This record gives sequence, structure tokens and C-alpha cells, in this order.
Amino acid sequence: MPKKEKRGASRRTCLKLMAAAVGGAAAGIGGAKSVGRLGAAPEGPWRVLTSEEAALVDAVAEQIIPADRDPGAHEAGVVNFIDRQLDGPYARFADKYHKGLRCLTLTCQKLHGRAFAQLNWPDQTRVLQALESGKVPKDIWTDPSSREFFGLLRDHTMQGFYGSPRHGGNKHYASYKMMGLEYPRIIGQNRY
Amino acid sequence: MEGKGAMSNKHVNAVIVGAGAGGGVMAKVLSEAGLSVVLLERGRWQSFHDITDDELISQRSPMLTRAPGPDNQPSRKAHEFDNGRNGVVVPNNAACVGSGTMTYGAMAWRFMPQDFRMKTLYGCPKGSSLDDWPISYDELEPCYERAEWEIGVSGDDTGNPFAPPRKKPRPMPAFPYNREARILIRGMKRLGWHPFPAPVLRNSIPYGGRPACIHERSCVGFACPINAKCGTQNTVIPAALATGCCELRTDAVVSEVMVDERGHARGVKYFDRNDRLQEQTADVVVLSAAATGTARILLNSTSKLFPNGAGNNNDWVGRNIQNHCYVGALGFMAEEVYEDAGPGLSVAFCDFNHGNPGLCGGGMLANDFTVMPYGFTRIRPDGAPGWGPEDKDFQRRYYKHMVRVVGPVQEIPVFDGRVMLDPKRKDYWGIPLIRSAGEKHPHDVEIGQFLSDKAELLLKEIGAEKIKRLCPSPTSKRYADGGGQHQAGTCRMGRDPKTSVTNSYGQVHEIDNLFIADGSLHVTNGGFNPVLTIMALSYRVGEYIVKEWRGGGRFRT
Repeated sequence: MPKKEKRGASRRTCLKLMAAAVGGAAAGIGGAKSVGRLGAAPEGPWRVLTSEEAALVDAVAEQIIPADRDPGAHEAGVVNFIDRQLDGPYARFADKYHKGLRCLTLTCQKLHGRAFAQLNWPDQTRVLQALESGKVPKDIWTDPSSREFFGLLRDHTMQGFYGSPRHGGNKHYASYKMMGLEYPRIIGQNRY
Repeated sequence: MEGKGAMSNKHVNAVIVGAGAGGGVMAKVLSEAGLSVVLLERGRWQSFHDITDDELISQRSPMLTRAPGPDNQPSRKAHEFDNGRNGVVVPNNAACVGSGTMTYGAMAWRFMPQDFRMKTLYGCPKGSSLDDWPISYDELEPCYERAEWEIGVSGDDTGNPFAPPRKKPRPMPAFPYNREARILIRGMKRLGWHPFPAPVLRNSIPYGGRPACIHERSCVGFACPINAKCGTQNTVIPAALATGCCELRTDAVVSEVMVDERGHARGVKYFDRNDRLQEQTADVVVLSAAATGTARILLNSTSKLFPNGAGNNNDWVGRNIQNHCYVGALGFMAEEVYEDAGPGLSVAFCDFNHGNPGLCGGGMLANDFTVMPYGFTRIRPDGAPGWGPEDKDFQRRYYKHMVRVVGPVQEIPVFDGRVMLDPKRKDYWGIPLIRSAGEKHPHDVEIGQFLSDKAELLLKEIGAEKIKRLCPSPTSKRYADGGGQHQAGTCRMGRDPKTSVTNSYGQVHEIDNLFIADGSLHVTNGGFNPVLTIMALSYRVGEYIVKEWRGGGRFRT
């Protein structure tokens, strides 16, 4: 993927920053609404997303479906689902993801001077609410619009968390367990 | 193309286009009468194992892929939407042997006698093309019976005072009510309404050599793993093949009907699985490609006598399209109402199909099919956040607490509500795509509001904590881009060739040996799921073809 190679250099520095942020916060884990509640960044290798993009998607997805007494998007592997689909049926959205994630990073820099992952939980929520309502710096969000991008990410997160585990998300039937749905159903037929 | 390079096939008595509800029945009727039949289907044989129980690739939520069929193959996908008012129509039903009957929810309604006499009962609302059918319920009744027995229906009308008269009970008893239904029935009884078990094309007991239903959660939108759901692919099509007179050709994408200079249908052209153009000639041609598909083929079949498409000299092909706008309400209960027994649909009532003050018709209401986990994320009370901790908690707390009462509005047809060939865009095979145009009749919204009122009343009666109305939105004035589910009406049957496409036997006016047997024929689409009516009509059309055939070989070339 030549596209990826080109962007490699700046990514690497960014990754270091992110790793530092995650590592730094890992010590204080347990404080439910603090930086780095996701623990280690999800592991690649990634098909379409870069490592930094994957970490960002992971963090946003966790805001959309946060862990409480049941696992959240991070634990259920929603980012695996999204990356896999971007290399398949959702290839048509790959460009939107690359652009939208960059806009999100720029937005966080402009509003808070920090990366999304370094924001505390309520600030992350507020950033996403701004995306959802379209109250974002207009010069950053030309294409895609913040609403469109957030809507896409929200919808794909839901699919990854609540859809079938065969697509890479909903690890260990996390959402089915949460909703009290037996799966697979034992229904007295031979094939089970 | 003009037939150049088209490969010809052995001439047969009848070629049928589409192996769905209409075409499957037709194949059986004609082949059992001894006609040699070729049944063409654009999809392939599919099984549960091809479709599985995966919510994201089901027919009802085609997130990761569309419904099965050639349109699902990335290289052949006709997947284009414009941002203008008119959508390009992409085939959206399951394209496979059995078509929609493979994955449907399988409600098995007979239309009511009133549904065949809408104009007589209600007049013709301004701006509409509302009319009576050229046949009465009584004329179709024997065909309904045949469909119920040959394909298989469970049900019991005892509790339904509005049930249309029948000579014979259904072949299988009704399913017992589920938990949601039992709760709703308490409310309905207090309101003086008349609940009864919704009739379904699903085995409540072993029937037709297939076992009884095992209540899969993933039923509607999916294939049945044990074939307890009765479609044409596991009933009439195998019966047709067993006669030895019927050949089923899959991966056959039909582009047009060939009409000769005497106004006689010679057969059809189609693309085979290797995209080679083929010709299949036949004495009789039957189109059962659904309301948008059949209209598309007719409009694409231009000839000297029919420059605007076969049977379209009066410009009625593709017009009066109807589908079903679904309305009603959903409520969230304090108590758990979910029973893990698919497909969830259980109880219905017909108190509001007809006789509603000031309204032209109405519709049946029933509890709804099981919603899968991702589908439920799209169901929230108004104003609820769509993500975050509260949203997750809603999903966890209310998934098993939802009661729904929904039903189809019997739509008022509009002459300008139509599908037509797209002047520019073509599909993978070079066949023009179709686009929809026109707006639904405003009275549909009034009927929808009325039915939603009734659903809401019922949910209040049973003590729902939160209620959300499902009403026609302003955007639902448009006809669905793919023609929508329950698409009908595009080749209306009638007595007058000037205001209809076929006669009362589905025979295209002016082309004696060209027939239609699908929802295109419906003059009105009932306040019901239309599949059993499509099947019954196909029996009627098929029996007529056989009678004429035996009576003197009228169609033989």
C-alpha cells in the first residue's frame, strides 16, 4: 500500500507520542474516567488503518459503547471489525475514515491542544458531541462533514459490537451476553 | 444486440421468468399439465448455510452485503443512487430459487373481499387511480385454498370476525401465542378488538415432508435451517422439477421479451452465468419477476408493434406502483416480554382494515418480528441519545421489554407513481436500470396516522412506560428506490385495455401468449402482506393457460 508508506514518517512520531500517553496513564488505571482507561492500544497488524488511526478509532468507539459492568467497544474488538470491513464491503468508506480521523485529530489539537487519547473522558465526550451536532471548526471539517463522519463511526461501532462475532467484533459474544441472548441457541437439532 | 450472437435453446412450451412466489407456482401448474417448461432465475439455489444467521448480511439489514443474488457480486453490482429526487432502482429482493419466499417473514394473508372492490366502496380519491379488481374475492378463493394446501399455511380464523369466507380450513393449526402476544391480547380484549393468531407459511406441525418450526431467532430475513418455512423453493419448485417437464436454469438474467411482427411473443433473451446472451423461445411467456422487474423487462422489450415496450401502447406499464408503508407504535414495558422464540410475530387483528370513518381502507395490525441486536440500536424513544453510556444501558435494559404493534397501510395508487427505464444508466449486462418517480397519495399518511393512533391506544392500554409512534415521515412520500418490499401494481389487471395492462387472467392485452403472474397485477395491494395473493393469482393464471392450452392449442406457434 503505497499510500500508507508515504505517510509513514509523521505517523511514527505520532505513534511514539501516543504510546507515551497510553503508557503514562496505564499506571493509574482503574480511575474509570481518566486518560488511558483503554489500557494497551489494540494490536495490529491492520489492513487499512494505520496503528495511530486504529488507536483513535478504538478510543472513539469506546466512547460510543463504553465499558461499564459489561465490556465496551474496546474489549469487544470493534476496531478489528471496522478495519476488516474497510478492507472488504466498506472499502468505499476507507477514504472517509482517513480524512475524518485526521480532521478529528486536528480538531482536538485546535480546541484542546492535545490528541484525542490524551483528553480526559468528559472532554472526549464533548468533542464527539461537537462532531455530532456539527459545532466544529468549519475550516477543518470540509470533507467529510463532522456529522457524516461521526454518524458513520457510530453506526459501524454498533455493527461491530452488536453484530455477529464472525466479522471481527463482538468478541466472546460480549453484546449477546450483555443482552441475555444465548448464542448459539441450543435448540435440539443435530447441527449443533 | 438484436439477437446477434445470441445462442438459441431448444424450443419449449413455456418459459417463466423468475422463480419466486409467482414463478414457482406457475412452474408447477404448467409442468404438471404436461407442458415443457423452462424456469429462468437470476439467482441460484441458496441454503441456510449460504446465508447463515448473521444479522449484518441478512436481507432485512444488508449492511455488509445485499440480499443473495447476482446483484450481490461486487463485479456485477448495480449499486447507484443519485442525490436527486428520483432514485435508481436496484433489485433488492432476494434473488435466488424461491426469491423472497426463501427469507420472508411468511405471513399468509388472504385479502378481504372489500380489498377487491375499493373503488365501489370508497370512490376514487382525487389524484388517485383507485379501482376495483376485475375479479372478486370469491373467484380467487379456490386459488387461495390451493396455495394454502400446496405450499403450507398455519392459522386459525376462529377469533377473527372479519375473516374472509373459506371453504376449507388451513392445513395446519395455528402456532400458540408468544409472551408479547399474550400481553397484547389482554389489552385488545379490553378495547373490544378481535385478536387471532397471524396466519403464516410456516410449519406448526410436520407438513409436506418437512419438519415443524424450531423458532429460530433469525427467521425473517434469513433462510430456515430445517426448511420449516414454506417457500416455493421447498414446495412447488421441487414438485415442478419432479414432473420431468420443467428445467430450472439459474444465473439467467432476462433482458427482454422478443415480440415478432405479428405481435406474438417468441420467447425471451437472457444472459447466462458466463454473461453470454441466450435466446429461449417458447409458445407461452410468463413474467414473474416482481413488480419492478416485470415492468423493467416489458419496458425494455421494444418492437415495431410496441415501440414503448411490450404491452405498453397505452402507457400503463410501470404505473400505479404500490408498496406498503409500515405504521404503528412501539412501547417499552416494565416487565420482560421477550420470548426467545422466533420469528416473534404471533398475534394480529383486522378491526381496522375497513369501515374506518372518513378513510379509504386501512390495514391489518400485528405484533412484529423479532429484532436482532444491531437492529435494536436503531430503535430508541424520541430524544434519547444515540450513543454513550445511556444508550448502552437502554440496549441492555429494554431489548427484552419491547412490544410492537405494526401493520401495512393499504396504499392508494397514483397513476404517476411509477417506475420507468433510466435513460442513461445500465446494469452490468447493459440492461437499463429503472428509476422511480412520483409521490404517494396524501391519503396514505392519513390512514397511517389513524392506524398508529390505534396501536398507541393499545400500548397505553397494556401499560407501556414509553411509547414511540411509527408514522409515515415526509420522506416516505417517495417510492422506495428498490421498489420496496411488497412492491405491486405496475401491470394492473383490468377489463379495459385502455386502463390496464392485462386481462383478469394476467394475459397481456394485445399479446395473447404473454402472461404476468406476480404482484404487478394487483390493482390494489391490500392492507396485508401480499405473498399469498401473489401465489393464488399465479394459480389462477396458470390454470387459465392450461385450460386454453388443452382447449385447442391457442398459443402454439
